[in-house]
Amino acid sequence: MADIALQPRVRPPIREATRWEQIKSNRNFIALWFMLPAMAFLLFFLAYPLGLGIWISFTDARIGRPGAFIGLENYEWLWDDSIFWLSVFNTLLYTFVASAIKFGIGLYLALLLNENMPFKAMLRALVLIPFIVPTVLSALAFWWIFDSQFSIISWSLKEMGLITENINFLGDVYWARACVIFANIWRGVPFVAITLLAGLQTVSPSLYEAATLDGATRWQMFRNITYPLLTPIIAVVMTFSVLFTFTDFQLIWAMTRGGPVNSTHLMATLSYQRAIIGGVLGEGAAISNAMIPFLLAAIMVSWFGLQRRKWQQGENND
Amino acid sequence: MSSVQIRDVRKSFGGFEVLHGVSIAIEDGAFVVLVGPSGCGKSTLLRMLAGLENITSGTISIGDRVVNNVQPKERDIAMVFQNYALYPHMTVADNMGFSLKLRGATADEISTGVRRAAEILALTPLLDRYPRQLSGGQRQRVAMGRAIVRDPQVFLFDEPLSNLDAKLRVAMRTEIKELHQRLKTTTVYVTHDQIEAMTMADKIVVMHDGIVEQMGTPLELYDKPDNQFVAGFIGSPAMNFLNGKVKSNGAAGFEGPNGVKLPLGSAPANSEGRPAVYGIRPEHFTIADDGAEAEIVVVEPTGSETQVFAKLGGEQVVAVFRERHQFNPGEKIRLKPDPSLVHLFDETTGKRLN
Repeated sequence: MADIALQPRVRPPIREATRWEQIKSNRNFIALWFMLPAMAFLLFFLAYPLGLGIWISFTDARIGRPGAFIGLENYEWLWDDSIFWLSVFNTLLYTFVASAIKFGIGLYLALLLNENMPFKAMLRALVLIPFIVPTVLSALAFWWIFDSQFSIISWSLKEMGLITENINFLGDVYWARACVIFANIWRGVPFVAITLLAGLQTVSPSLYEAATLDGATRWQMFRNITYPLLTPIIAVVMTFSVLFTFTDFQLIWAMTRGGPVNSTHLMATLSYQRAIIGGVLGEGAAISNAMIPFLLAAIMVSWFGLQRRKWQQGENND
Repeated sequence: MSSVQIRDVRKSFGGFEVLHGVSIAIEDGAFVVLVGPSGCGKSTLLRMLAGLENITSGTISIGDRVVNNVQPKERDIAMVFQNYALYPHMTVADNMGFSLKLRGATADEISTGVRRAAEILALTPLLDRYPRQLSGGQRQRVAMGRAIVRDPQVFLFDEPLSNLDAKLRVAMRTEIKELHQRLKTTTVYVTHDQIEAMTMADKIVVMHDGIVEQMGTPLELYDKPDNQFVAGFIGSPAMNFLNGKVKSNGAAGFEGPNGVKLPLGSAPANSEGRPAVYGIRPEHFTIADDGAEAEIVVVEPTGSETQVFAKLGGEQVVAVFRERHQFNPGEKIRLKPDPSLVHLFDETTGKRLN
């Protein structure tokens, strides 16, 4: 064995941790410090503007004048304002049509990109492009595409001899609505597609193999395996998609400014027009606040949609 | 129930061939285990049998029908996956009844089929649970139940026990074997665990690097391995191999490393002086005065037996004794291989010589 005798090690006496040392290692205390920056951020940039916006909607504030408290007068005004109700209708139409189509195309693209095919990585990157291009830039591009004189679509159709006159894309009520919805879909599809693709990749391939042996057709696999397993992710994606679409501003403002005859005015653009362009801050704030019930409703829907399903991993709930 | 014929089957992924012409005949109702180290192609072969991988060349027939171009669902097989592949959003009953539902069976037929399988596997109390509420062993049983419900011609198992803990694995092993004895359905079972293969199989197919090394009953493989690979793969602890040459001075014998003399039952003809590998199983050593001297390195008692790691002619060997000896590390013992149970292999090809 070892020839060198081991020297007994000198052990320092055991010392109790001081009060300060105990606090320093207290998990809750440390957690508080980690939370502070986020809390401060949320307070200054979320809670304060929201509170201020609600307060302003109860005043007759104009740009440069603080305004006095007038109770619900702004809201009473809006109640009788047909343009406001038109903007509510436009917003709902815009949100429902665009979100539904975004979901359809997004899911289709996700399923397609989940297949094994050549240049898979490149195709996935390509799908993201509309999402990367700044909104205003793509809106300007669409503005040109839908221009009443220089529209490439009108030009192509004329060259093919299908029409004789330019289509007044952004000048006609129905065409204008269709065009902004189209532009919104083009921008929104990548988000839906890529997120659903991420969800698809969490589904174990062996489930599909088992289903193949069980005799499922491709549609049956989608209906009985892919779709149910994807529902939690669909709920998240569609909530975000609805929220983004409902509050959209940039695309409309860059393409139509709400026209023609307010037919593409969304609540967000109307609020901006009244508050900033028109200077009536109180009324603008009231329009913005009128979006809150709709957004809350959308969040509630997803809240119940997101409820942990019985089959999902997590705490026991049987 | 059906027999399965695999004839000269090859499989390539891209330009890389992983199966180099495999032929296996599986009789009706047999329990065949494909065993081999990972990467030997056993799972690929099973998946080809299931129809999840296509066949590069050769034929596979189930019953008397060649199934190369038959859709998986038309092959009348059922497979149990390593990770069970249970549908997480379906209850146990729905999981088991899924194939019947797809087939268009009525609710009555489905519930009868599910109930029958659930009774066989003692799953009846669990029918309304979701997979995540089950233990590993229960999930395994549900996966088998899903296979039974379909009443297939052939059962395929792809390493079904490797996700279970050791104790459960032993229990499920018995359960699967019992199930086979009851249903008598032709079964092809893939595993890398030779103990599983030995305990469950009617016939073992040892695979290595895309070829079949040997086929036979468990005891045939244990008693007369065709080559050094099979000899080393089957049996636990693994067979000891000592390099040296045949040296018969009158009686048959073998000169091991550092000139250690080892007995040989009978030397193959014209083999005097031939370099070879001497194989002896740990359980075929005895302690005898005329044995070769070895120095004990480590002693591992397991209760029922004692494993002794010792240096024999400078090489480490392992010996297993059922009787209790007082062994201490550093001690010298005399180990004698049973000459009638010695295996002799060619040094380069690994083929059996005696």
